[in-house]
Amino acid sequence: MKKRHLLFLTTFLLTGLLGFTVMASTAAASEVEEIHFLIPGGAGGGWDGTARGVGKALLDSGLIEEASFENMSGGGGGKALNHLISTATRQENTLLVNSTPIIIRSLTGVFPQSFRDLTPIASVIADYAALVVPTDSKYQSLEEVIADFKNDPRSVKVAGGSVKGGMDHLVPAMIFEAAGVDPLQLVYVPYDAGGKAMAGLLSGDTQLLSTGFGEAVGLANQGEVRILVVTSAERLSQAPDVPTVKEAGYDVTFANWRGFFAIPELNPAKAEAYRAVLKEMYDKPEWEEIRSQRGWQNLYQPGDEFFTFLEKQEQDIGGMMRKLGFIQ
Amino acid sequence: MWEGMISGMATGITTTLIPINIAMVLFGCFSGSLIGMLPGLGPITAVALMIPVTYGLEPTTGMVLLAGVYYGAIFGGSTSSILINAPGEAATVATAIDGYPLARQGYPGKALAIAAYSSFSGGTIAVVLLMFFAPMLASVAKSFQSADYFALMILGLTAVSAFAGRGRVLKALLMVVLGLMLATVGTDQTSGVQRFTFGSLELLDGIEFLLLAMATFALTEALLLVLKRDPSSDSFKPKTIGFKSLKVTGKEFKLIAPSVLRSSLLGFFIGVLPGAGATLGSFMSYGMERNLAPPEEQKKFGKGSLRGLAAPETGNNAASSGSFVPLLTLGIPGSGTTAVMLGALIAYGIEPGPRMFVERPDVFWGVIMSMYLGNVFLLILNLPLIPYFARLLAIPRNLMVPIILFFSLMGVYLVTFNDFDIMMMVFFCIAALAFRLMNFPMAPLLLGFILGGLMEDNLRRSLMIYDESMSFMWERPITLVINVCTIFILSLPLIRSMLTKAKDTR
Repeated sequence: MKKRHLLFLTTFLLTGLLGFTVMASTAAASEVEEIHFLIPGGAGGGWDGTARGVGKALLDSGLIEEASFENMSGGGGGKALNHLISTATRQENTLLVNSTPIIIRSLTGVFPQSFRDLTPIASVIADYAALVVPTDSKYQSLEEVIADFKNDPRSVKVAGGSVKGGMDHLVPAMIFEAAGVDPLQLVYVPYDAGGKAMAGLLSGDTQLLSTGFGEAVGLANQGEVRILVVTSAERLSQAPDVPTVKEAGYDVTFANWRGFFAIPELNPAKAEAYRAVLKEMYDKPEWEEIRSQRGWQNLYQPGDEFFTFLEKQEQDIGGMMRKLGFIQ
Repeated sequence: MWEGMISGMATGITTTLIPINIAMVLFGCFSGSLIGMLPGLGPITAVALMIPVTYGLEPTTGMVLLAGVYYGAIFGGSTSSILINAPGEAATVATAIDGYPLARQGYPGKALAIAAYSSFSGGTIAVVLLMFFAPMLASVAKSFQSADYFALMILGLTAVSAFAGRGRVLKALLMVVLGLMLATVGTDQTSGVQRFTFGSLELLDGIEFLLLAMATFALTEALLLVLKRDPSSDSFKPKTIGFKSLKVTGKEFKLIAPSVLRSSLLGFFIGVLPGAGATLGSFMSYGMERNLAPPEEQKKFGKGSLRGLAAPETGNNAASSGSFVPLLTLGIPGSGTTAVMLGALIAYGIEPGPRMFVERPDVFWGVIMSMYLGNVFLLILNLPLIPYFARLLAIPRNLMVPIILFFSLMGVYLVTFNDFDIMMMVFFCIAALAFRLMNFPMAPLLLGFILGGLMEDNLRRSLMIYDESMSFMWERPITLVINVCTIFILSLPLIRSMLTKAKDTR
């Protein structure tokens, strides 16, 4: 019998540990007492972190009583989008987390729906894009880069952590276009993640890196890289010395937002209730702790403001993608 | 550099000594030994099965646990090799050559004890080497460009096809190619174009590595336990073997000490090679000791030589530690098992590569320092407990198989929460089963899969960076050196075939 005991013990241990990770999901209807977060990607990604961070802040500060989370990856986020729309009648309490890629993927036709098929609740945070060089680079400003590029487009290659036609490609393309150079001449070298692209820049693969400000600021403070410009409208408090693209004379701003959407044609009162509860969250110390820990920038744009912002971003991105030949 | 290493070691020690990490080293070694001991279940399966357990944990704690499972499984694999001549996997095949005869001659306890001491020494010596070489390589690796990575991937692939097959070179090559093909499914990184998705949303993100690993190893091994009834394991009666003498005399220690030292060094450096890993480490160590032994000792090889047992046992443990060097410093798997661990690291949100050394020193050093502790635990755990552990070999299959199936399927589902993945897993499992029954090795498929994506991306990046010219293959010094290594390794199968020939004629 001894061997059986051993076996049961092992099974027991394994089951117990596995139990940590299993999450219960519940949902019922009323004012905003509970939110069910639908995450279109797997555990550990950016969407996952946003939804769980916001959920935790709302819960810990007592703004809502219950938060549940559901990961549903697949189809670049399209699967969860589909699921939310097709089961809308019983998803009143669900908020879908999403970000800039929803716009890019609708434009390229990865999935047929777009943000217009949902009720935009609000954007909550943003990461601005940044152009980065190694500390020992000869470039001190964006203007110098552009000047070299005009002489020989092949002398400045740009690394980035997204696919060709993705965010890290589109941002420098927009900036270079605003500077009066043909964005098609830009050699964009894609890596499968921001960190790998950073390693590529530091190894000398490329001269320039296009990445999120949040990903670069740590290394900039350590003195390994220099951030040439950020795409925010105003200078950022974490890096007051870094100029914006606008200051450099090119009219480009860009924010990789993360925000929440609800089912199509959600009752407007309920939508406003969601917006109100998210707005209240910004004043809570619980949120501030999570936000600063993750290095997020607040970007609260509720309802119509969010919708207008999305439309403008769709226009900017769509125009550039058309120029680069990624969409017709 | 020394300063950095000492502060790194301090970080590693403090990380390791957190109670939960100590507990996880112990738990990892324990469960690794148990799973590795079961016939047919090797380190890849053991690590893949334990990944779901690590999801709720900190990355360091998770990696410490998985590392424990890895060397624990190699440790445990020797038990089934020695007692019932049923190696859990390729890395312990060489152990059975001398270990099983020793057990048959009435010294199972001594054989197991020697295996335990050798494993311990091999593991510990290799960790010391790892501690010195990993930071060195990590600092060199910072200047590795895409071109160098491309060359490294080729080096990894050639090593796989030359070694992993063990006489099945063509089959191994075919599996590598299949792995490369599977790696192209999904959105193409460079152009954003969808490839082989058949218009389906589900395949857009490609195939999850863990899913493939679980399907080709854990699920398939479990089903093979049902399909292939191994008569030797059925007839095993643990009670018939007396374990009175786990004692090894001082004279015997003296005899094996030089073998252990040599095999540790050889095993470690083989482990460092991308793609080689523990299997080659054990075979090469065995071959080396055989060639170095004086004529009268040489005759005993294959008939229960202590040196012939100590060498591969040392070699495989040293190589498994060595394979952490490319994993931790370059983000390249040195073996099928470290390929699974690479998948786990990515799932924790850590990007393996030279930057990990700088950005996550806690993971880097925590894993290395925990290995000292793990080796000690394994020795303490295994020596007195071997007789009891061995009874696990008699667990009925009708309990074992469903448990493995359950944990494999749940393990994958809990990462993505995507039901399509479960179906895909079953599909791959059936395909893998068919290949396995036709004697195709699966590890080359996994390595081809994980190296293939990296290889393609790095090649295409290099081409863009060098303005569509292949000149980087010989113009960049680092790339050139790696390419020379590749050519050298390609000529190694000749040496290996000579080794096998020597073994066959004994």
